[in-house]
Amino acid sequence: MADFEIPTIKEYPVIPHLQPGVSAHLKPFVAKADFQKSLSFPGELVENWEQKAVDKLGELTGKYRSLRVFLDSCVKCGACTDKCHYYLGTTDPKNMPVARQDLLRQVYRRYYTFAGKFFGKLGIPGFVGAKEMNKEVLDDWYSYYHQCSQCRRCSVYCPYGIDTAEISMAAREIMDSVGVGQKYCNEIIGKVFKVGNNLGLPQPALEDTLLGLEEDVKAATGFNVKFPLDQKGAEVLLVTPSADFFAEPHVDGLMGYAKVFHEAGVSWTVSSYASEAANFGMFIGSYENMRKVSLRIREAALELGVKRIVFGECGHAWRVAYSFLNTLAGPFDFLDQNYPIPQHICEFTYDLIQKGAIKFDKTANDHRVMTYHDSCNVARASRMGNTPGGQFKIPRAIIQATCNHFYDMPPDTIGEATYCCGGGGGLLTDDLIELRVKGALPRMEALKQVVENHGVTHMAAICAICKSQFTKVIPYYGFTMDQIVSVHQLVSDAIVLTRQ
Amino acid sequence: MPIEVNGKTLETDEEGYLSNLTEWEPAVAGIMAKLDNCELTDSHWEVINFLREYYEEYQIAPAVRVLTKAIGKKLGPDKGNSKYLYELFPYGPGKQACKYAGLPKPTGCV
Repeated sequence: MADFEIPTIKEYPVIPHLQPGVSAHLKPFVAKADFQKSLSFPGELVENWEQKAVDKLGELTGKYRSLRVFLDSCVKCGACTDKCHYYLGTTDPKNMPVARQDLLRQVYRRYYTFAGKFFGKLGIPGFVGAKEMNKEVLDDWYSYYHQCSQCRRCSVYCPYGIDTAEISMAAREIMDSVGVGQKYCNEIIGKVFKVGNNLGLPQPALEDTLLGLEEDVKAATGFNVKFPLDQKGAEVLLVTPSADFFAEPHVDGLMGYAKVFHEAGVSWTVSSYASEAANFGMFIGSYENMRKVSLRIREAALELGVKRIVFGECGHAWRVAYSFLNTLAGPFDFLDQNYPIPQHICEFTYDLIQKGAIKFDKTANDHRVMTYHDSCNVARASRMGNTPGGQFKIPRAIIQATCNHFYDMPPDTIGEATYCCGGGGGLLTDDLIELRVKGALPRMEALKQVVENHGVTHMAAICAICKSQFTKVIPYYGFTMDQIVSVHQLVSDAIVLTRQ
Repeated sequence: MPIEVNGKTLETDEEGYLSNLTEWEPAVAGIMAKLDNCELTDSHWEVINFLREYYEEYQIAPAVRVLTKAIGKKLGPDKGNSKYLYELFPYGPGKQACKYAGLPKPTGCV
């Protein structure tokens, strides 16, 4: 099944012995010149790139105070070392968060600290953990900053709160600025600019797909649940990952959102211009590209004259939406201020449940014994609802309102300690399948526990990447791809439709 | 790695997709399948032909549900599901079948 060794799930999780360099070969395809240029990056490695990379690092540490603090403040306590799923899955010590950070920190030290400059001039920068910018460093960056899913689990355990995600974003931005980009992310961002979504799904295909879903829901339920596209004057603009239109089990979630809107009597629409919630600009650390992608949502909301913006099930999109959208693409003074701006589809559904406005027949999900995977960007970089921890409680409350059987995985693998699915941060690409399979190990261990102890049959998630990653990698661990479901798939199956 | 098709050399990208999609001809599918140790049957061709028709109209591969529904209509409801498609194309109908059919690879969170 695979041309690499699949990690074995042990009786209990074990911190593995180190195997230096064992995952150095894992690196994604490099972006072609065309993909680079559509994002305003150089097409190939520029002349004098060493100096330009160092300059860019200086620019970023000057611009982002956080980055500078993270590079300055590590005391090498070791608390983060065993917290990364990629380290646990690959056993490569450079996947320990501190080691990953040091790949950038060594260059920062060499050029931007007194000690590094001094010992650098003496020819012994290594004496103070500093290193010259050279090809070997760049190669390490390309490998190991693409073995970080920017999930921020390590930062939870760091006594200084050092955020490796921000360091890996900066490193990717520096690499892009000297002409070394990653194919997967950069090709996709280009498609958003050109077509409106990651898939490159043009308006006619989107229309055809949505009409097909209307037919399917009608055939299954007898109700005329609509999937409106580009409908001016709708109350809600739904911004959802394009995978929701395209892939399984994502599409089952989309049908859930549609049924909720239908039953709530709230008019809604998808925009073909902003038909993507995902914003890979964040993964590559590019504020400019992140902003450009976000502005499409603003433009669509204005064009369609909606009153509210609701985001579908997408992890990092919710981080961008919840934490950054207002400064990236605001102010949203033209929207209805009585609702959260933007709102998560889980908040939307949860509110209706609280009001008793939608009803469920839980027995429709009785063939499922559920657990829930907290997606990293929702768990550690955003919130839902009005109370701390709402991002953990609300999705679980929806599952428990729609299913009779629910069990959580072990506490050190969920909530703010949740493990990444292994495919986040712009790594959900076939050229990194070995990394993805290995990085899923901690989640698979946790899943196996509840499968064995409680007979769990399905795991729900609210992130398109998590869903695609799991359906692809769980067969390597002896599970089947249909064990992964969307949270709103459970809603879809249990909701009692009454309105025609 | 380029592939040889009827005496012509066709460029492919890192993942084996045709670099120039207009160069596709039916023989391409068979040659690509052979590289994956897969023998194309009529059932595979039903899928490949549908993909090409859909692509010609919409410039994109069909969504999984659109594909399963179309195959179900043609070959019977027991075959209108992803399980059947994964049996035919174990690397994923969206990706493996698109490659053989000369469609671009679906990108994004899929």
